[in-house]
Amino acid sequence: MTRQSNRLQSGGRIDRSKPLSFSFDGKTYQGYAGDTLASALVANGVRLVGRSFKYHRPRGILTAGIEEPNALVTMRGGARHEPNVAATKAELYDGLEAVSQNRWPSLKHDMMSVVGLFSKLFAAGFYYKTFMGPTRGAWMVYEHFIRKAAGMGDPTTVPDADTYEKAHGFCDLLVVGAGPAGLAAAITAGRRGLRVILVEDDAQLGGSLLEAGGDAGAGEWLQSALIELDALPNVRVMTRTCVFGAYDGMTFALIERVSDHLKEPAPFQPRQRYWRIRAERAILASGQIERPLVFGNNDLPGVMLAGAVRTYVNRHAALPGRKAVVFTNNDSAYATAADLRAAGADVSLVDVRSHISGDLRERMNRSGVELHLGCAVGRANGGRQVASVDIVPFDPARPARAAIRTRLTCDLLAVSGGWTPTLHLMGQRGAKPVYDEASAALVANTIPEGFDIAGGAAGEDGLKASVAGGVRAGEAAAKACGQDGQGAQGRPLADGLADAPEVTPITPVWQIPHPLNTRARKKFVDLQHDVGAEDLELAQREGYVSVEHTKRYTTLGMANDQGKTSNLNALGIMAGLRGQPIAEVGTTTFRPPYRPVSIGVLTGPETGLHFKPSRRSPMHDWHEAQGADFTTTGLWLRPWYFPNPGETRAEAYIREAAHVRRAVGMVDVSSLGKIDVQGPDAAEFLNRVYVNGFKKLPVGKARYGVMLRPDGIVMDDGTTSRISQDHYFMTTTTGGAGKVMSHLEFLLQTAWPDLRVHVTSVTSQWAGMAIAGPRSREVLEGVISDIDLSDEGTPFMGVRHGHAGDLPVRVLRISFSGERAYEVYTPAGYGMALWQRLLEQGKSCDMCVYGVEALGALRIEKGHVAGGELEGRTTLADMGLGRMASTKKPFIGGALAQREGMIDPDRPQLVGLELANGAGTLRAGAILCDPAARYTRAIARGGSIPEPVAPNPADKGFTPGNGSGHMGHGIGFVSSVTWSPELNRNIALGYVSGGMARKGEQIDAVFPMYDELTAVRVTSPHFVDPEGERLHG
Amino acid sequence: MLRIACPYCGERDYIEFLYAGDAAREMPALSDTDIDRWTDFVFFRDDPKGEHAEYWQHQHGCRQWLKVIRDTVTHRVISVTPAIEAGLQADEDKVEVA
Repeated sequence: MTRQSNRLQSGGRIDRSKPLSFSFDGKTYQGYAGDTLASALVANGVRLVGRSFKYHRPRGILTAGIEEPNALVTMRGGARHEPNVAATKAELYDGLEAVSQNRWPSLKHDMMSVVGLFSKLFAAGFYYKTFMGPTRGAWMVYEHFIRKAAGMGDPTTVPDADTYEKAHGFCDLLVVGAGPAGLAAAITAGRRGLRVILVEDDAQLGGSLLEAGGDAGAGEWLQSALIELDALPNVRVMTRTCVFGAYDGMTFALIERVSDHLKEPAPFQPRQRYWRIRAERAILASGQIERPLVFGNNDLPGVMLAGAVRTYVNRHAALPGRKAVVFTNNDSAYATAADLRAAGADVSLVDVRSHISGDLRERMNRSGVELHLGCAVGRANGGRQVASVDIVPFDPARPARAAIRTRLTCDLLAVSGGWTPTLHLMGQRGAKPVYDEASAALVANTIPEGFDIAGGAAGEDGLKASVAGGVRAGEAAAKACGQDGQGAQGRPLADGLADAPEVTPITPVWQIPHPLNTRARKKFVDLQHDVGAEDLELAQREGYVSVEHTKRYTTLGMANDQGKTSNLNALGIMAGLRGQPIAEVGTTTFRPPYRPVSIGVLTGPETGLHFKPSRRSPMHDWHEAQGADFTTTGLWLRPWYFPNPGETRAEAYIREAAHVRRAVGMVDVSSLGKIDVQGPDAAEFLNRVYVNGFKKLPVGKARYGVMLRPDGIVMDDGTTSRISQDHYFMTTTTGGAGKVMSHLEFLLQTAWPDLRVHVTSVTSQWAGMAIAGPRSREVLEGVISDIDLSDEGTPFMGVRHGHAGDLPVRVLRISFSGERAYEVYTPAGYGMALWQRLLEQGKSCDMCVYGVEALGALRIEKGHVAGGELEGRTTLADMGLGRMASTKKPFIGGALAQREGMIDPDRPQLVGLELANGAGTLRAGAILCDPAARYTRAIARGGSIPEPVAPNPADKGFTPGNGSGHMGHGIGFVSSVTWSPELNRNIALGYVSGGMARKGEQIDAVFPMYDELTAVRVTSPHFVDPEGERLHG
Repeated sequence: MLRIACPYCGERDYIEFLYAGDAAREMPALSDTDIDRWTDFVFFRDDPKGEHAEYWQHQHGCRQWLKVIRDTVTHRVISVTPAIEAGLQADEDKVEVA
């Protein structure tokens, strides 16, 4: 345990009664509740916290906020391991463990820091140059090492132990940032009755007031504001929450860090919560971010933003240095100098401006700060931390190299290059900020509809102006939401606040030239990506002039801090190089997210089984109890096969399929899409959407139908039954149901609004079960008493209604398996009851239950098309169903089905396939090729002709190469494969150019992934019972 | 996130809707066998900068097809009408012209 060497004796918003223990790089330290990891490191005198991205230079803490480019650490461990956490945003908790990144073997002795010696090799565009030209081969060799050297923390490889939530919020007004302006806006709008959500990234409300130290009235104002806020029930306050994205329709994305300040989340609490908020209005009171100054060695540990120094001193009572130099071009850093001095540090202040207000000069004299006006820090010196700075005379109007005037020893260099309003969320909505000469900052140009800005974000300076801005914005929002302020009560919020002191304008300075007679040192612009001023010069010289090009060529602003501290300095330097005003250089585009967001929180709870919803049939529980293995079709979970003890999948489905052909089987078909089509024009409507006619379909009959997409490709198939004159019952494929339903609704609502037809999805309303096999009628007859199931009473394609005991049933005599079969439907709530009755009856008829794999085997044996064949590229004729299309009536897709390419006789057409020599593997997806092409190509190569081989079944690995001798798309493909229990061999369906004209031919089935070449023979797709006699068996 | 004011259900996030593109095109009569006219209807789309009429179906709501006028530059939704009303209106207009 070490003493907190740099902790001030008193002051700060820390709780000294709550000491916390933490470790950094294995060493244990102490901090207090209210500290961040960064402030606790400052309090313990730790300077070196990381190594830089490319050059492995030693880096310290630069900022006290979200903009931190250097102090990125890896926190926690195991399944909670998280790299690239900004130490400045990590709240301290007892037992916090953090390690530094991008160094080996240790932070102090980093082997890769030699990279810095070769920094010329890693200049702008290094990647692009390495990828091209003669060094390209070398890249292949060195990539591994370079990748290892460059970069940030390592990701974890174990699943995340935490959970995440998603939430939705609605409000009249979203206020982003709870500094003085945000608080004033929220209170003003809250008083007028608006539903307000006030969001603050910090754990505490107050923004800049928290670091204001002894500024007149700040503490008191904050206290009374918080009391009033607490009393407003219509204002919801969200702390530890960051608005990271602004989207269309005033939608905002937020991350609430519910548990990141704890060692681990409390039971049943998520780590983070992803909020989507819809607001009527939004006020950005997001403040400003300070810019560093650009000079030699400006990245040394001990160089810190002046505002951050003030935060550490005033908020955390942690002194970042005892002998400080403050370097500035604006008034704000003078407060830092005064606060440092008050905390007991020696302070010198260097200002590029020659004149400051008498008031400021007086204050500095009084507190004993040594002033160097009209000067600049030409460079910083030091090894692992800043030890001294060289002061040069400097004229901002004519920046030139100058001889060193004096050297000041120091252990802290506080820098301020001015402040940039945080306008990212407006920028994301397309309102790019523009450069304003007077404030030397990027300021709001246009304000998107629904937005407003207040406080620092609006360029309002000082407490009084910020509060007044917040009040104005709050009032405007209330008015826009229709609240005129009647009944609003409360003290005027800006009352009693002091006016801001006289301000000497900022003098923009984009980089300080190297002092005369010194070697050039690196001047960093983007510290996180190690991009220096010289890289920007190189990019300009090489022609990457536009700001978007420069960004990508140098990678400036592309690290995870997104250039929050570097963008404007880069623009200033580019403008200088091009001799143009900054406004003409332009800015890059702002995109979400404003801060890094973990993928886990975007995914939320939608992982594993919860990734998508599951649809279950009414008989699902029974299938599960029987030990069925399930497969998914769309969202549906369907029983795949019902294994007997010890059975493999193949054994199970082959047994089930054989059983159906021998006796009878029952399969759950509840997942089939079911659509009720009703209305006087129902027949006309079906006639238009199906290729075949439905007008003349008699009541009590079903018909197989195929519908096309408007482009002429087959969309879906199924049977549709005529229940009554104006009532049809359509079934679709399981996977196609949603698509078909939308298609029908589209046609009825856009193209044919005059048709008197209503379509209703009834998929979930009906349970369906198919009973197939020679004894199927026997089973049904035992259960259904009021339907004549004889061939005369219920002929093939007949549709009947009746009862199974007290259960209403709809019976369709249709068959997918080719056997005598019935589909029986009952309202979903009766599904399980009917299933049980059929099972009971089935016991005496040797009935089995089968799954979709056996269903597939049976339909492949019959050559019926299904998912593998209806794959979005095939025409009716390709499927061998060309004659189904009616010539007597037009239908959707009919015109474009006649396009040249759609009627090309060489199109692949449906065929059956078998192994030619009984050897090899039939695989769905295999490419069918003409063996003649294999010979031609092999001969052209002068090589040997590969022979079809039976691969080793144990070899499932990927073997690169092209042992098949084939190239290109081939002449077709294999769509479905199965083992046929009936024929006792492997069979397949596929599409091949020429189709049945090739019957008997031997062709090659190529599976490049396994380097397989299998000889197959083309056959009829109707492997079993081509005459259809078993339908009546 | 795009928000669409469904005339039946109220304002909803776009993720409840199915996007189906250009609503300015008109389906040829079913009896029309002209491949060019159908090709034009099925495949060719204008890509306007500014106002764009497009079909959205409130798939996870009332399932009505809507004709939405949206600005492709600002993503602002300018109007939302039930497609069936727009379609019936167009039919009536045709009758009047005839």
